[in-house]
Amino acid sequence: MFLFLGLCGHKMKHSVAGILGTLGMGVTMTLAYITAFTYFFSGNPEFITAEGTRLQSVLFNWEWLAFTDKLSIHLGFLLDPISALLLVVITTISFMVHLYSNGYMRDHHGVWETGFQRFYAFLSLFSFSMLGLVVATNIFQMYIFWELVGASSYLLIGFYYTKPSAVSASKKAFIVTRFADLGFLIGILILSYYTGTFDFANFTSTGVEGMTNAYQISSATAQSVLKTFAENPVPVFMGGSVLTWALVLIFMGGMGKSAMMPLHIWLPDAMEGPTPVSALIHAATMVVAGVYLVARLFPLYLMEETALDIITVVGALTAFYAAMVACCQVDIKRVLAFSTISQIAFMMVSLGVARPEFHHAVGYMASMFHLFTHAMFKALLFLCAGALIHAIGSNDYTAMHGLRKHMPITHITFLVGCLAIAGIIPFAGFFSKDEILTAVFGHSTFWYIWMSAVAGLTAFYMFRLYYLIFWWKEHKVPEGHHAPHDQPWTMTLPLVILALISCVAGFVPMGNLVTWNGQPMFESVNFFTNISELNWSVAAVSLAVAIVAIVIATVMYRKENPLPAKMKNLFPRLWTWCFHRFYWDELYQFITHKIIFGLVSKPIAWFDRHIIDGSMDGMAWVTNRVSYAIRGLQSGSIQFYVWIYLVGALLLGGITAICLI
Amino acid sequence: MESVGSIIVYVIIALTIVICSVLAVTTRKILRAATYLLFTLFATAAIYFKLNYEFLGAVQIAVYAGGIVVLFVFSILLTSHPGDNSAALASKKKVLGLVGSLLLLAVAGYSLISRCQWATATATGENPDMNLIGETLLGSGHGQYLLPFEAISVLLLACIIGGVVVARKSDK
Amino acid sequence: MELTILWYLIPSLIMFCCGVYGFITRKNMIAILISLELMINAVDINFVVFNRFLFPGELEGMFFTLFAIALAAAETALAIAIIINIFRIAQKVDVDDVTKMKY
Repeated sequence: MFLFLGLCGHKMKHSVAGILGTLGMGVTMTLAYITAFTYFFSGNPEFITAEGTRLQSVLFNWEWLAFTDKLSIHLGFLLDPISALLLVVITTISFMVHLYSNGYMRDHHGVWETGFQRFYAFLSLFSFSMLGLVVATNIFQMYIFWELVGASSYLLIGFYYTKPSAVSASKKAFIVTRFADLGFLIGILILSYYTGTFDFANFTSTGVEGMTNAYQISSATAQSVLKTFAENPVPVFMGGSVLTWALVLIFMGGMGKSAMMPLHIWLPDAMEGPTPVSALIHAATMVVAGVYLVARLFPLYLMEETALDIITVVGALTAFYAAMVACCQVDIKRVLAFSTISQIAFMMVSLGVARPEFHHAVGYMASMFHLFTHAMFKALLFLCAGALIHAIGSNDYTAMHGLRKHMPITHITFLVGCLAIAGIIPFAGFFSKDEILTAVFGHSTFWYIWMSAVAGLTAFYMFRLYYLIFWWKEHKVPEGHHAPHDQPWTMTLPLVILALISCVAGFVPMGNLVTWNGQPMFESVNFFTNISELNWSVAAVSLAVAIVAIVIATVMYRKENPLPAKMKNLFPRLWTWCFHRFYWDELYQFITHKIIFGLVSKPIAWFDRHIIDGSMDGMAWVTNRVSYAIRGLQSGSIQFYVWIYLVGALLLGGITAICLI
Repeated sequence: MESVGSIIVYVIIALTIVICSVLAVTTRKILRAATYLLFTLFATAAIYFKLNYEFLGAVQIAVYAGGIVVLFVFSILLTSHPGDNSAALASKKKVLGLVGSLLLLAVAGYSLISRCQWATATATGENPDMNLIGETLLGSGHGQYLLPFEAISVLLLACIIGGVVVARKSDK
Repeated sequence: MELTILWYLIPSLIMFCCGVYGFITRKNMIAILISLELMINAVDINFVVFNRFLFPGELEGMFFTLFAIALAAAETALAIAIIINIFRIAQKVDVDDVTKMKY
């Protein structure tokens, strides 16, 4: 139990050097592993019932701000399947990134980059906030850490704060997510206003008899929440119930953090940060916070299928859009960024289609599974990209061709990552993606075909990237530069570890560990459970799609050949649009500059300048004029005063005298 | 019935007061103004003597003529060159002052002469002797002036200190 | 011929009017101060005269004059100190010239 204290208490300390930071993170990771292991396998009645249902367990809950009897904010630790899973994911990736940064944040001669300690301090802060977010017992604590995550990600993206593009990227990330958080906050307020509580336990689960701090997730509680909403005076607002609005607004916060469609624009720009940061924040941890949020409130979402449908549609559109764009980018980190958007959207869709009627809400499990595997292989890909960038000194893969001989380790690990994301058996991505597609298939055929196409696109663009980087004819090494080579062990070790995890992660029997209500999906579990439980009809289709896509990519990009150019000429409009990311940025620019600044701000500014300022100036002017006019009276000349006084007194005396006569 | 000598003395005093005070405010040489003021003060002291207030007359001569006028002369010599004419008066100001003071003279003189109820009162009484003055000044009973005496002594002390502080050269 | 109270009050009144005139018209600060002394003096005379003619047995008027003389001395000393100080700073003793702190 006390492990958590060490887990979070340590993070507040700003580690002054990479070693200390890495060691600290290592300790944290070990603690998290022990915690997760204890949670999943110890059989402690606080964690699992005799029938095998996993429980939500509030390890402790400390009253932080007590405003009134009804309104108080707690800080505490909530342990349930998804938070345990997230703990493992976050600490693993974070540890890898800490280790990797030891190598990455040095140049080829071993000189540390400026602000190295600062970098580690930010990394630690970020990890702390993310862990705090994951273990939050109530939605308000989650919101606090949510904002902390946003702030530390702002710091990390803007790490190279001397570069204007990094500064603007960090500002963009902050503003966009801030905007989304506004929705989140309003959603929280609506929800807690009507239910009178912040606690997740009160939203989604009921207490277990005989336990003080363990809760069982049940739809009954959510139903009672729903009833509370149905009884309130305004059950319907603008076509949706208040609960729907609250949930959609909360999802909006998730959309911002997870870079869903209208609010995705910050993520590609956030690639301005150091690459390890991209791996940590923008691939593995922060962007899945939105998914985690929806999963956390999933029983509530189940009550409002409208909200779930919205999630599905947004996710599916985002997935397709991001995959399209990823096919046309030249910056490898941007390709990976769009692929991340696409994969996160997969998770969202998966949550959106999850229904308890169908196979224990397999979508929920699949989403968490994909979150887990995706974090591993996407971090791997990002770290590989970091290694490449470090070696080449450029983000542009046209500068990279033919690197497979120079950097064998990077090459192999990158290939593993590509295979995993493309969904080739037996790599991790295959299983999780297959579960997602199964879930979608159970919900609607249309979205199934759609998502399969997106999966194919994923395979296509990843292998396009792979071939363009590692195959083709290599560039001549310019004079004075040494040939690119593999990186020091601090950088390659995380690659290898992550590659191994990517190979085997698919075999984790997630269905037994993480389900929406804690009940296991399978009767018995062994290493091959996932294979034996596969829905082969779906799996075969997705496998086939992936292989076909890889073959196409191979044909087009294996060697330098005119095919891609031909394709480009065949659909010039489409290519341009993809290349320019469907002009989303320009659209935002238009909206903010022309519409908001032009139509709203300008008149307000004019009003402010001319009416408000004008009236103030006018008052000042009038006062000034009047004072000038009357200042002669206050001449300070005593002689004049005396004369006035004298005349006044005489007149008074004269009048008195006349009256007395 | 007054003696002729007394009337002659009165006429001299009154003429001195009127002429010298008029000259004191009309002359353009500031040092002469101070001198005319001195004569006026002497004439005032003469009135006191004539009215049998010898102590008061002595004080008038000692403090006013001896102290204040000397102070005036010092400051005049410090702030201007002897022989300087002060600038001609602005005619507007002159008219203002003339109108004001003549009006005052007219109103007050008219009311004095036409409506004075004590026109018949004559000067009587003895010269108060020094013992009486001393006791009145330092007694604390009815109609005695210990408290004002103390107050005025404190005031004079404050005035000395203030004068020193104000006129002292600021140390830089 | 009897020297009644009026014979003493009239010169005093003239003296006072001269003081008023000087106070209003003069520019030199010392001259203004002189005019002020004239006015005070006129008032002093009035005190004494009233005391002598109307209340011969009392001493109030005389003592008021006594204190007024002391006050006038104090006031003059202070005023002259200020005037000298101003002169040291501005090299002028005319009221119209010392306008730095006005407005």
